[in-house]
Amino acid sequence: MTLQIWILLAVFLTFGLYVGIALWARVSTTKGFYVAGQGVPPFFNGMATAGDWMSAASFISMSGLIAFLGFDGAMYLLGWTGGYVLLAVLLAPYLRKFGRFTVPAFIGDRYYSSTARVVAAVCAVAVSFTYVAGQMRGAGIVFSRFLEIPIGWGVVAGMTMVAFYAVLGGMKGITYTQVAQYAVLITAFIIPAVGISLELTGGALPQVAFPQVATQLNLVMEDLGFGAYTSPFTNLSRLDVMLITMALMCGTAGLPHVIIRFYTTRTVRGARWTGVFALFFIALLYTTAPAVAVFAKFNLLDTVVGERYEDRPEWFRTWEDTGLLEFQDKNADGIIDFAPGAMRDPASANELYVDPDIMVLANPEIANLPDWVIAIVVAGGLAAALSTASGLLLVIASSLSHDIFKTYVRPNASEREELLVARGAMLGAVALAGILGVFPPAFVGEVVAFAFGLAAASFFPAIVLGIFDPRTTREGAITGMLAGITFTAFYIITVAPGIGIGWDPWFFGISPQGIGTVGMLLSFVLTFVVSRLTPPPPPDIQELVQRIRYPRGSGAAIDH
Amino acid sequence: MEPEQKARDGYWKGNLILIVVLLSIWFAFGFVIPYLLGPWLNQFTFLGGPLGFWIAQNGSIYVFWILILVYALQMNRLDQRFDVGE
Repeated sequence: MTLQIWILLAVFLTFGLYVGIALWARVSTTKGFYVAGQGVPPFFNGMATAGDWMSAASFISMSGLIAFLGFDGAMYLLGWTGGYVLLAVLLAPYLRKFGRFTVPAFIGDRYYSSTARVVAAVCAVAVSFTYVAGQMRGAGIVFSRFLEIPIGWGVVAGMTMVAFYAVLGGMKGITYTQVAQYAVLITAFIIPAVGISLELTGGALPQVAFPQVATQLNLVMEDLGFGAYTSPFTNLSRLDVMLITMALMCGTAGLPHVIIRFYTTRTVRGARWTGVFALFFIALLYTTAPAVAVFAKFNLLDTVVGERYEDRPEWFRTWEDTGLLEFQDKNADGIIDFAPGAMRDPASANELYVDPDIMVLANPEIANLPDWVIAIVVAGGLAAALSTASGLLLVIASSLSHDIFKTYVRPNASEREELLVARGAMLGAVALAGILGVFPPAFVGEVVAFAFGLAAASFFPAIVLGIFDPRTTREGAITGMLAGITFTAFYIITVAPGIGIGWDPWFFGISPQGIGTVGMLLSFVLTFVVSRLTPPPPPDIQELVQRIRYPRGSGAAIDH
Repeated sequence: MEPEQKARDGYWKGNLILIVVLLSIWFAFGFVIPYLLGPWLNQFTFLGGPLGFWIAQNGSIYVFWILILVYALQMNRLDQRFDVGE
């Protein structure tokens, strides 16, 4: 059987499974559409959270970025797991006790202001939309490479899939389809990692095998004139690495589509256990990812660098066709040379360009694993992109229909009208995100990092202070959210190279991925100061803040 | 002060102490050990590779998971001790 047929089979079977579940769980009331009637046990809820959470950034992009960053790639690994500690101890139990469906609803009630709610809804849409755009690019890369169609059509194929079952299934469908998607993506990530680990070291556990391979990789890299793979701060400054880590952590804790997952359990206790299971399932991938990075880099250098271009392997040719892998024989010796610097820079001796976003997909081919493994990896990459996209589309839909349409535009809208707005919002978001998928502002993992920076700068301070500081006022929260997201978005837009304005990093040389931390500090300070300068919140709100400290009487989340 | 209120204050204080302890460990393994001590730790070998590198890319993740587990277990005990659980 050829590779093409294996891939079609894997994609067809897994999608059949997801759509089957979505149809089986089809719901028609708004409450079910948003949070599945709160009947999901923590084990499955944790698994769904992990599936929701781990996107094309984690699955397709991250290991490739780490492979080129070396030690510094730890910022993605620590940032995207450490955030769960913040989420679990600072936010989840209290938000669950507070019992509102969405983050904007929480903000609106806690800050006794529908303006605050609308500001939060706008932030939620901005964050989620940036994130979805990254997923569309990820899905597009997968489709275009393996169906051998241009990247634009790849993105269109991805958009169609997402729109279809997000609109059809609603949250109940999404919760259980996400459990299925998690199962598919984790299998797809671990099988090739174990296969390559066995090939390179004879040991089956990638987590145990990768440090010794990293030591070998160090020697190869030093031979080629690079710094050692395991040496810190060779690509980014220490400050930048730390700020990016912090932005990703606080962004995790402020991400609306992750927070909403904690409402799908019945109790505060259940919300705590959801966190435990979620990080367990996430860590399975995140502890394997650095191993995949080391293996992929090692195999890449081992199989092509210093070889004759004429004799390049089959996978090299197919990726060349997509334009995501390039070779330029600068010294005309017919040998593939790999050296520090960019291939397109004439001053550099480097003759090879590899887009980091293809490393995970190309990895099993480079290692010569069987075709069915490659097919599973493709199915896993799609599962990752689509599961996260559907969770985020739900946030966009609920923010626009619940928090803006029903609260502001038409308070007495019927359930039917509200659902209609929700579905329309999803389709609109899919279409816009598709455009950004065709014209991407940065690599998938980086675009997603921007979304986290925006979340950290807008939601994290308002939610944490809202829970722990009864004196925080609506004026403080609104000022903080607006200042944080405006500063961060402005910096990303002006500095990120893919967007086209391309200013130098004008704030202490900080990269656009790390600026969210600065935006967040700004927001914390402003929220705190403005709160002290404005009249205190009404007594019933201060009492409410006291009440969410104790789990008793959490009941069902309130829909309004 | 009513006995119920006293129990609640004790519960909240216990919660805050736990949060401070867990977040201190979180900060140590998220920032101090990987980024400030990592370069120095790289002189030691673990599993055949540099130790600082291993902690930054693998070790800290295990610690994060243990922190969340400890939080869930401890809070359930606090809920029972102060009788504020569901």
